Amino acid sequence: MTRRYVYIIAAVLAGISIATFIYKSQVLGFPMTGQEQTPAWTIETTIRFDAGPGSIKVNLQIPTLTPGFQTLDEYNVSKGYSFFPTYVGGGREAQWAIRRTDGMQTLYYRRVVFEDPASEQIDTTPPFPPPPVINEPLRTAVEVIVADVRAQSADTASFTTELLRRCNDPSPGANIELLLADASTSAQFVETITTVLAAARIPARMIRGVILQDQQRRVDPTPWLEVHDGDRWRYFNPNTGAEGLPGRYLIWWRGNQPLVHVDGGSNVEVNFAVQKNYLDSMAIAEQRAEMEGSLLVDFSLFSLPIQTQAVYSVLLMIPIGALIMVIMRNIVGIDAFGTFMPVLIALAFRETQLFWGVILFTLLVALGLSIRFLLERLRLLLVPRLGAVLIVVVILMLVISIVSHKLGLETGLSVALFPMVIIAMTIERMSVVWEERGAGDAIRAGLGSLLVAAVAYLAMGMDWLEHLIFTFPELLLLVLAVVLLLGRYTGYRLTELRRFRPIVEQ
Amino acid sequence: MFSGKNLASAGVLGLNQRNADFIMRLNPRRLYPRVDDKLITKTLAIGAGMAVPELYGVISHQADVRRLPDIAGEHESFVIKPARGSGGDGIVVITGRSQRKRSSYRMASGMLISEAELKHQTSNIVSGQYSLSGNPDSALIEYCVKFDPLFAEVSYQGVPDIRVIVYRGYPIMAMVRLPTRSSGGKANLHQGAVGAGIDISSGETLTGVLGDDVVDEHPDTGALIAGLYIPNWEFILQSAARSLDVTGLGYLGVDIVIDRDRGPLILEMNARPGLNIQIANCAGLSSRINRIDEIFDPKADPDARARICRREFPAQRQTAFPLDASQ
Repeated sequence: MTRRYVYIIAAVLAGISIATFIYKSQVLGFPMTGQEQTPAWTIETTIRFDAGPGSIKVNLQIPTLTPGFQTLDEYNVSKGYSFFPTYVGGGREAQWAIRRTDGMQTLYYRRVVFEDPASEQIDTTPPFPPPPVINEPLRTAVEVIVADVRAQSADTASFTTELLRRCNDPSPGANIELLLADASTSAQFVETITTVLAAARIPARMIRGVILQDQQRRVDPTPWLEVHDGDRWRYFNPNTGAEGLPGRYLIWWRGNQPLVHVDGGSNVEVNFAVQKNYLDSMAIAEQRAEMEGSLLVDFSLFSLPIQTQAVYSVLLMIPIGALIMVIMRNIVGIDAFGTFMPVLIALAFRETQLFWGVILFTLLVALGLSIRFLLERLRLLLVPRLGAVLIVVVILMLVISIVSHKLGLETGLSVALFPMVIIAMTIERMSVVWEERGAGDAIRAGLGSLLVAAVAYLAMGMDWLEHLIFTFPELLLLVLAVVLLLGRYTGYRLTELRRFRPIVEQ
Repeated sequence: MFSGKNLASAGVLGLNQRNADFIMRLNPRRLYPRVDDKLITKTLAIGAGMAVPELYGVISHQADVRRLPDIAGEHESFVIKPARGSGGDGIVVITGRSQRKRSSYRMASGMLISEAELKHQTSNIVSGQYSLSGNPDSALIEYCVKFDPLFAEVSYQGVPDIRVIVYRGYPIMAMVRLPTRSSGGKANLHQGAVGAGIDISSGETLTGVLGDDVVDEHPDTGALIAGLYIPNWEFILQSAARSLDVTGLGYLGVDIVIDRDRGPLILEMNARPGLNIQIANCAGLSSRINRIDEIFDPKADPDARARICRREFPAQRQTAFPLDASQ
């Protein structure tokens, strides 16, 4: 009966734990390992110009809808200027303004983005464009091109592809040559294409964006073609006609207008620079959860002050130590002093490292034990004797620290991190066992404690596990469920297999 | 080759199962003081008409430790033990006095111990050094059991005692614990005493176990351990069976000593008896527990329960020519 309740409670705990874990890792994107980092790009736009005599107004096109990317942060650096981003027409603009200033002006706008394939473009369906007003003889050329391309295409996409193919043909027809006569830059080329598409009553616009690479100092925005097929926007490479965006293409602005417009300034220069850096995935996951308004993040450990976080990153490993303890005692069947003494020793090992930890622990207990045997002769009462052992342990720790410091062994200093009360109790227990049951039993249980401590240290020292528990503290419920289940484990301990062997053999 | 399956088929009881299925289920914690405190055990046992070693006195406060010589009085031999001790720790057996000085006591090992040292030991007991919880304890000063010559050959100093496992009032398994040199005259297996299984049906000793190994001879005297008949066996089983009615605990180890003059005396009871008794008997407790669960009769009185166990659990004797090849 009890057993069934234990199973139910364990199942509920494990269910809650695993469900929360999966939600946080899969939906909110909390990283599974501490090393996990997400590349983030900082794109910096620098605007330089010479200030004119009057007031100055600077308008910079900045990204709004960026399929494939999410914005982590944006900020501007400008001295004395008022700054406000605003939505205008089809996009977004940053506006700087100042009443008067002199000399060379530099304004910065930075945007930090990270890749997120889930980020889709949600945009309104544009109206059919009005037929463009084109003068002869271009007008006839456009009409002929539209008629020719329409005859060889089935829909918007194939129309666009066919048009681009013809325009990029090394030996284009006379009409196309006439059409492209003025298009010297690729931006003008794309602009011309959008005019032809408008003549065919197909909504189209030029987009310009930055292809993000590791580190670039001067980037020219790459023009691309965006065509609406009545259902959604589609992207075309203006140079090949192939559909789709280039890899890591951050759309900066849409339309034919220039990137920057400065009122009251001259010699305007604009430059893009891209810097790739790695951000902790945790920060990005939190950012995303914050945008989705998830309570799980508000109540996560990451909302605590940093020092408290450091304390908890250690404390949260204690349940793992307890689990190891349960396994070593009830499944393996190893004798150890004190229920949780090995776990506390394992915590101290975190600072000393295993090798020195074992040496220091053995040294401390051995010295303490020998002094405890001397105390035994004085026939002290229990509590004063325990007090005396504790004081001796503290003095021994001090002596070990000082001696090892003089010898240049800095590891010896970390002996101070051993839990002295626990060590004192261990020495007391060990000396009692030593006298009552003999040195063999005492040393065996001492070594057992050390073994359990070492295993617990190794388990608690696993970085990925520490990160996992710290990021997903709900996994502690899973540990609790396992401990509850082990609490009802009535099978044999591993050491019993050997212990009871004679019964089976006879 | 060797796995838990073999143990399970041999009916061996493991520590985890003993704790979870029997101790926790059959031994309510509120009844523990009845066995953990030897003073209460003794009082209850006397009330039920069971034979126990006579109590000379109790020391419950440090200030009373000086009364020790008065309590010991004219008794040549006596035992000082913690009321709430465990596993025989802290017990001092005084078998006599120095011929020159009455305030010098002779321990079971033959060594002399001064009155001051004995008081220190008593004071340690009272301060709780040997008590399970570490709380202040009482020291009992009681009759020192006289050696029954039956066991002279198979024990080294000290008095052997008989451990009977009583499951729901049925004495299902028993062994005799023989002190050795390394156990310091104490009859506790983990201190180095030899345990020898006892055939529940006949009261005859079987092979022994030392530590976790099977032994045929006493390590100090070299005498054969098997083949001794425990006197008053029926009475011992009946006393053990009665422990359920006295304590209310369903899974108990009852420790009985045989005194030369007074016969079997109940020494103490243990709510968490060890499992080495299985090795001493070369038999598993689980199979016997299952058998009792099958035939359990709530109306059976202790004598009937002892009788049923004698019928149900004859020892599987080792023969020179195994009759059953599967054994």
